[in-house]
Amino acid sequence: MSADSPTRTRVSARAERREARVRRIRESRTDRMFMFCVYLLLTVFLAVVLLPLLYIVASSFSSPEAVSSGRVVFWPVEFSLRGYRAVFENPQIIQGYVNSLFYTVVGTVVSVVMTIAIAYPMSRRTLVGRNLVMSLVLFTMLFTGGLIPTYLVVQQVGLLDTRWALIVPQAIGVWQVIIARTYFRTVIPDELVEASQLDGCGDLRFLWSVVIPLAKPMIAVVALMYAIMQWNSYFDALIYLKNPDLFPLQLVLRNILILNTYSGGAIDASVVLQRQQLADLLKYSLIVVASVPVLLIYPFVARYFTKGIMIGAVKG
Amino acid sequence: MATLTRIPPPVGEAPAAQRRHRRRERTTLTGLRRSLRRHWTLYLLMVVPLIWFVVFKYIPMSNAVLAFKNYNVVAGIWGSQWVGFRNFELFFENPVFWTLLKNTFLLSVYTVAASFPLAIILAIALNEIRTGLFKKTVQMVTYAPYFISTVVVVSMTILVLSPRLGIVNEGLGFFGVPAVDFLGNPDYFRHIYVWSDVWQTTGYSAVIYLAALAGIDPALHEAAKVDGAGRLRRILHVDLPGIMPTAVIILVLAVGNIMAIGFEKAFLFQNPLNLSESEIIATYVYKTGLLNADFSLATAVGLFNSVINLVLLLGVNMVAKRITGNGLWS
Repeated sequence: MSADSPTRTRVSARAERREARVRRIRESRTDRMFMFCVYLLLTVFLAVVLLPLLYIVASSFSSPEAVSSGRVVFWPVEFSLRGYRAVFENPQIIQGYVNSLFYTVVGTVVSVVMTIAIAYPMSRRTLVGRNLVMSLVLFTMLFTGGLIPTYLVVQQVGLLDTRWALIVPQAIGVWQVIIARTYFRTVIPDELVEASQLDGCGDLRFLWSVVIPLAKPMIAVVALMYAIMQWNSYFDALIYLKNPDLFPLQLVLRNILILNTYSGGAIDASVVLQRQQLADLLKYSLIVVASVPVLLIYPFVARYFTKGIMIGAVKG
Repeated sequence: MATLTRIPPPVGEAPAAQRRHRRRERTTLTGLRRSLRRHWTLYLLMVVPLIWFVVFKYIPMSNAVLAFKNYNVVAGIWGSQWVGFRNFELFFENPVFWTLLKNTFLLSVYTVAASFPLAIILAIALNEIRTGLFKKTVQMVTYAPYFISTVVVVSMTILVLSPRLGIVNEGLGFFGVPAVDFLGNPDYFRHIYVWSDVWQTTGYSAVIYLAALAGIDPALHEAAKVDGAGRLRRILHVDLPGIMPTAVIILVLAVGNIMAIGFEKAFLFQNPLNLSESEIIATYVYKTGLLNADFSLATAVGLFNSVINLVLLLGVNMVAKRITGNGLWS
């Protein structure tokens, strides 16, 4: 879309306008009524999704008193950054943020490497046994051992209460393997493989210098899926981690936002009230701080993400 | 030589078939050997992920025998004493069993029933308007919540609905309605769960239908237009039939996953007040297994759930095969 030159857009805009004029004449009154309803419906959808977000953002920039007395609607009241200051002064949250960054970066790298390592060989038609491997992979989608048996394995392997407990047990997603395999299969032609072999290029070299550069868009999608999953998950941390220093941001969020554990031992009533107000405000700011990284990259990657869903929808 | 070429009596069919069979076996074996020699680096590449699958997927499956044992930490999984179906009996006899089943089922069905049609409606409405700023904005905004974490969505819901600060109660108060403690009342739990889910995923789900709508042959629309069909008629008779295959697959998949409803969100919404509606199988497994350390019972409950899932998925795959001509996989 960005490739459109300005002249072309101008021409197409003019054509569209002309067409719109013609259409206006041709469209019946019921159709116009119908379009009005469509726009109304979409506006409702937009409002329903947007307003809660606006409310949260507006509150996060308001003063503790305004938030606690419920005066904030969709615009900040008594603009202040105290909520954000409280967020960034909280060592627990900072620690969680750093941990989450670590888990996301390392976890994504591990996941992508593992996914390619199993998906690429399965995409090669001359590889005997690839269907067996695929069935082995797909079966895990149908049936799982369950929470406790998996927990016991993690315990036996010695990952419990270590950073790796959040990275290794979730390293490979079957869905991502399917996406990668389908992509390799459809994008890398067999002729290319044969030609490279005639030139004496080994499989690994071919993977590294031909397949991976060609598969960059897919790798980006898969990496994003893993990264967002890793950034947003809290369940594994909840069951595998005891040491609060290792907690990812989401678990810290849960403790503060849902279990309300943000309140030090208070001394007198006014301090208690102030603390309470700040704790309320902090929640809003914290929500914004935790979601911003994901929402910032989202508009740039949404298109690829959509493509990724489509690739996955094509059965392998 | 002559004896060999002589046509054998009817029983001779067997050796011939056997020979053919053996030859095939030999070709696959030599094929494997050749493939191994040719692609050994690729096989090597698969080793680590395969070990991962065995350790983190298949060993847990075998660990599920725990469901038929009385787990003893010292004796380990395989050394523990067999108890047959006692754990299952314990679970089925427990009065909580029917509540769990009902809660899990209702929550899931309600979610599907609410989000499935809404995603289609959103997609069709978006498809009706031409590309422009408004369309892009709606799409971007409705898609965005999918990327927000469950923890954040749940806390946002709690904040918005909070009786003390929440904007919903502020609004109700404006109309003179007294504040409602939505999360403390079990009657509201399912609605809150489902509609926050709809809020988060409708835009994402619509994307799939939008793609299906884009794939509809424009000639069909033109023909309908020539025949004098208005927009609504074209939606009913061109768009809806056009996305039907996609919709069927998605619905069928959703039905297949009905008992597999996730732990994450229900657990976050839980509080002692709404437990009667919010306790589902997944949260129960977590509590009995990891909080009460009754590993065997929790494994049994989990296994029960997994088996139901498997049966549902296989059944659903059969239905899909009948409707669309091919299954969900293979």
